[in-house]
Amino acid sequence: MSGEIIAIAIGTIFINNFVFSQFLGICPFIGVSKKLDSVLGMGLAVIFVMTLGSMVTYLIYKYLLVPFNLQYLKIIFFILIIASIVQFIEIILKKQLPFLYNALGIYLPLITTNCAVLGVALLNINKNYNFIESLIHGFSGGVGFLIALFLMSTIREKLDLATIPKAFKGVPIAFISAGLMALAFLAADRSMLDIFK
Amino acid sequence: MDNVIIQENKSNSLFKKNILYFTNGLLKENPALILLLGMCPTLAVTTKVANGIGMGLATTFVLLFSNLLISLLRNFIPTKVRIPSYIVIIASFVTTIDLLMQAYLPLLTNSLGVFLPLIVVNCIILGRAEAFAGKNTAGKSILDALGMGLGFTFALILISLLREFPGTLKIDFSDFGLGILTFLKNADNPTLSIFRFNIYSGAKIFTMPAGAFFILGLILAFKQNIENKKKYGDK
Repeated sequence: MSGEIIAIAIGTIFINNFVFSQFLGICPFIGVSKKLDSVLGMGLAVIFVMTLGSMVTYLIYKYLLVPFNLQYLKIIFFILIIASIVQFIEIILKKQLPFLYNALGIYLPLITTNCAVLGVALLNINKNYNFIESLIHGFSGGVGFLIALFLMSTIREKLDLATIPKAFKGVPIAFISAGLMALAFLAADRSMLDIFK
Repeated sequence: MDNVIIQENKSNSLFKKNILYFTNGLLKENPALILLLGMCPTLAVTTKVANGIGMGLATTFVLLFSNLLISLLRNFIPTKVRIPSYIVIIASFVTTIDLLMQAYLPLLTNSLGVFLPLIVVNCIILGRAEAFAGKNTAGKSILDALGMGLGFTFALILISLLREFPGTLKIDFSDFGLGILTFLKNADNPTLSIFRFNIYSGAKIFTMPAGAFFILGLILAFKQNIENKKKYGDK
């Protein structure tokens, strides 16, 4: 059991990294990675929403949609659940933890349309994960996203100072560096999991 | 006589005005290549041309019907709850296309995988609903949706052509129930060879995730190069 959980965690963070190999959450990845300061806020907010989101969507699917044979409504239900969770977190943070709200504030509404959050909820169902596995999948997906975002932003801060051909300035060079990082992430493959067996 | 000419002129200018809503999305504000919206499906599904066409047309379908419905309901939806209402409308049409494709194109649905339901969070659709359909008439919204949708499809086809052909030396339409297009013998595993020496049988990197980033980066650099030339003159 614990071996499987470690396998899911390592697999989601490195082997099937949400950004570099599954292409989930590319929009914030390119949009937010310009400054290192904003990365931590965005990454933490995503981890939080993804963990909570995969827990709640799993429970709703298992105990509401399946008993009533409503599986075909999962897209509508999941997007509404995620949107409400984001709203809910925003309200609670504003009241209880204003310093955290100030740090995460502008990133929270963006998360509703982050495809990684809905993606992880749908993948949990597709892969037949149970509650604990869904929770770990959501959390480690967020961690993988934060790692990708952090690496990218450090590279982009350096790129600002580098001399780049005019045609590649800005977004094109960001995509090329993301490609190189995706190549590096290929080094992590299934053999990495053998350590834990 | 004069009257007829004036009328013709009027309809002509009206036509020209309306066609701008359509062509706007095709090139000038192409969602994927210029506005950089909907990057996840753009990078993820373009391993095959068939996937690109399927994804592009599915997005166009959702965009068309959600734009139409939202523009018809724009005077009834309260401004405060407009975003949730848009999301519900979009999600219903995504469910529709998801179920339709599962029924009629199961192979394509399998290879698009989780990205078919993820059309819900494609920024192009919510973006157009908020920026265009919520403020304009149904006719204009339809033209805008068609332009944006086909522009997106065009971008997906361009990227997937640049990835699938160098990657595998063939273009595989078997997901649509059609054959495999290749210019070499041995359609399943085409190899370029001269005098029995196999020179090239496709570079796997183009179909790997890294290839997607490289190809899109190169296309954007090409676009930026053209813009620079326009801005600073020929150099």
